[in-house]
Amino acid sequence: MTEQSLSRPETRKRRLPQINPVYVLVVALILAIIVMNPAFGEPTGYMNFLKRVAALAILSAGALYVIVSGGFDLSVGSIMTLTVIGSSMLASNDPNSTYWIIPLMLGIGLVIGLVNGLVVSYLKVPSLIATLGMMITLNGVAFMWSGGAPRGYLPDTFRFFGRYNITDVPLIGILPIAVICLVVFGATLWWGMHRTNFGRMLHAAGDNPQAARLAGVPVQRVRISAFVVSALTAVLAGIILGGRAGVSVNIGSGFELQAITAAVIGGAQLLGGRGSVPAAIAGALALEAIFTLLNLLGLAQPVRLVVQGLILIGAVAFATYQRKRAGR
Amino acid sequence: MNKTLLTLAVLGMLTGAASAQAPNFDDPAEFAKQRDQLTATFNGPADQVYLQYAGDSMADTAQYKKDGPWTVCFSNAGVNNPWRVVGYTNMTEEVKLHPEIGTFTHVDAEGSDDKQIADIDDLLAGGDCDVLIVSPNSTAALTPAVEKACAAGLPVIVFDRGVTTDCPVTFVHPVGGYGFGIQAAEHIIANVPAGGKVLMLRILPGVDVLETRASGARNMFTEAGLDILGEEFTDGDNAKTKSIVEDYLQRGGIDAVWMDAGATAVAAVEAFEDQGMDVPVVTGEDQQDYLQKWRDLGFKGIAPTYPTYQWRTAIIAAVNTLKGEPVPSPEWVLPQPAITQDVLDQYINEKMPPLHYAMCGCEDMPSYPEAWGGSK
Repeated sequence: MTEQSLSRPETRKRRLPQINPVYVLVVALILAIIVMNPAFGEPTGYMNFLKRVAALAILSAGALYVIVSGGFDLSVGSIMTLTVIGSSMLASNDPNSTYWIIPLMLGIGLVIGLVNGLVVSYLKVPSLIATLGMMITLNGVAFMWSGGAPRGYLPDTFRFFGRYNITDVPLIGILPIAVICLVVFGATLWWGMHRTNFGRMLHAAGDNPQAARLAGVPVQRVRISAFVVSALTAVLAGIILGGRAGVSVNIGSGFELQAITAAVIGGAQLLGGRGSVPAAIAGALALEAIFTLLNLLGLAQPVRLVVQGLILIGAVAFATYQRKRAGR
Repeated sequence: MNKTLLTLAVLGMLTGAASAQAPNFDDPAEFAKQRDQLTATFNGPADQVYLQYAGDSMADTAQYKKDGPWTVCFSNAGVNNPWRVVGYTNMTEEVKLHPEIGTFTHVDAEGSDDKQIADIDDLLAGGDCDVLIVSPNSTAALTPAVEKACAAGLPVIVFDRGVTTDCPVTFVHPVGGYGFGIQAAEHIIANVPAGGKVLMLRILPGVDVLETRASGARNMFTEAGLDILGEEFTDGDNAKTKSIVEDYLQRGGIDAVWMDAGATAVAAVEAFEDQGMDVPVVTGEDQQDYLQKWRDLGFKGIAPTYPTYQWRTAIIAAVNTLKGEPVPSPEWVLPQPAITQDVLDQYINEKMPPLHYAMCGCEDMPSYPEAWGGSK
């Protein structure tokens, strides 16, 4: 909702408030789901939904940092895979291992993000290729580490973040830990992007790197930081997804494209310079809501895929069209 | 709005037409045959299930008799899922038990028909193989490659998925997909009242061994008057499985979940568990994680198997062929037992990895359990 707080020139012809269409889409989808299935309006209904979407939403907000800086990060899905497989390998059913495994995984994420950033900034490898290479490498590492089949479970202390619900909460009944994580990390990422100098430099570097450099923005360092943020959120998303679903060999695969899609539905501009964290999170909600709604409609799976694809293209086309009309 | 409906209807018809051209995965004769084999008596030693076989038709392999050391070549469809990882371990450990095998050459097609066809060509061109074992990636695509190997005079052993030629010495496989579907469906029908609601969860469409599992079960549910809530594809993804079950739960009750493979069975069970609901009948497979969840929560489970010991049998068939000993042929049909409540405890081993397939027939091997990632 940050767009609304900005004052706009009064000369605009259209009088409708300029709301990012992604919010309209999310509200419409959710209303449709509630009409189809009133149980969704109950706290257990929507809390379960938010719990399900938490991993993707956090990931999208992190991926947005790289998108705004003018790049792509295709390695995030494989970071999630590595996080889950690696944690299960290291945990060896010891509940106390969680306390060192999570910091270790964040450390690994930090290193991966740094490598991505350095390769893109200093070796001048296009980010699409650099992170694609990283994705293939990490998938290979996860496969080698596990030998093709996971060799351990995730202890309940690790799965706490993705699976546990606080029950008997006044008003809402249940409150999943994953939803708390979503709010905390979402707010942090929003603050970093929209309320700090770093966020402004990120936008500047993505919009026009040349101009930003001349204006004194350390473009390369800003870009490297964006990759680090993205990799760290991927680790967090991996922890939440692994907690929710448990170990499997291909967990997290495909999330890189979903995260980019969510950010773009939220109005982020591929190639940089523009994007909003709350809108990217709303984009993730929209993606998941489409899935849920089509499921509720009971359409056959092939039809569902077609409709899902058309809604995605339509949403992005509409956002672009509106932006053009508004001259932004 | 009408236009949208019309579009959807057209799309529905298109997909319907596409599936009408698909190969026949609903063959009543094969269904009946496998149903009988599930309860049939098998020949062979009672304590070595991987040596047992149905029927008594044997192939004479005297023409292939050869002195060791042999080069055994194996063209593998892939080692891309935990079932194949366990199976491949069975195989390499079995190779170690045969000193006559001098070289074991393994080529991994990584799930690609094209690569596997090229792999077989390369093996034939190399000229070192004394026997060729093939686990085909897909049936139709690999048939010509297998025929070519036969034409080159090599004894060929096919296992797991089949090919549509009878030129191999034998085709090693357990009872089959219909059998798997039947075992799970029978358990559900016995434990769910008439008119009960069944959710069918499947990995992906179009794979013969999975399609036959689903069609076998679907026929039985319809016959028994159960209500099939839906057939959903999970892509073998735990998170997606959990979401699908949660969505169905929001729409109403579920009396049973039928699964075409066990990899995501635990996620389906957790969907009920996390909502604080009693877990209904949820079928699975012989992975440790499912067996343990079943024991711990005490729901009505069953684990049909697609036993990984067939990977051992393939090596044994190759060895017998090169020794000139008779081999069950044209098919070596192995038993396909289901793990039921009565025998559950004897298959649970907490020292094994969560995705270890318990029906591996590997407990009698010297390297068990370490080679499979377990500990004593």
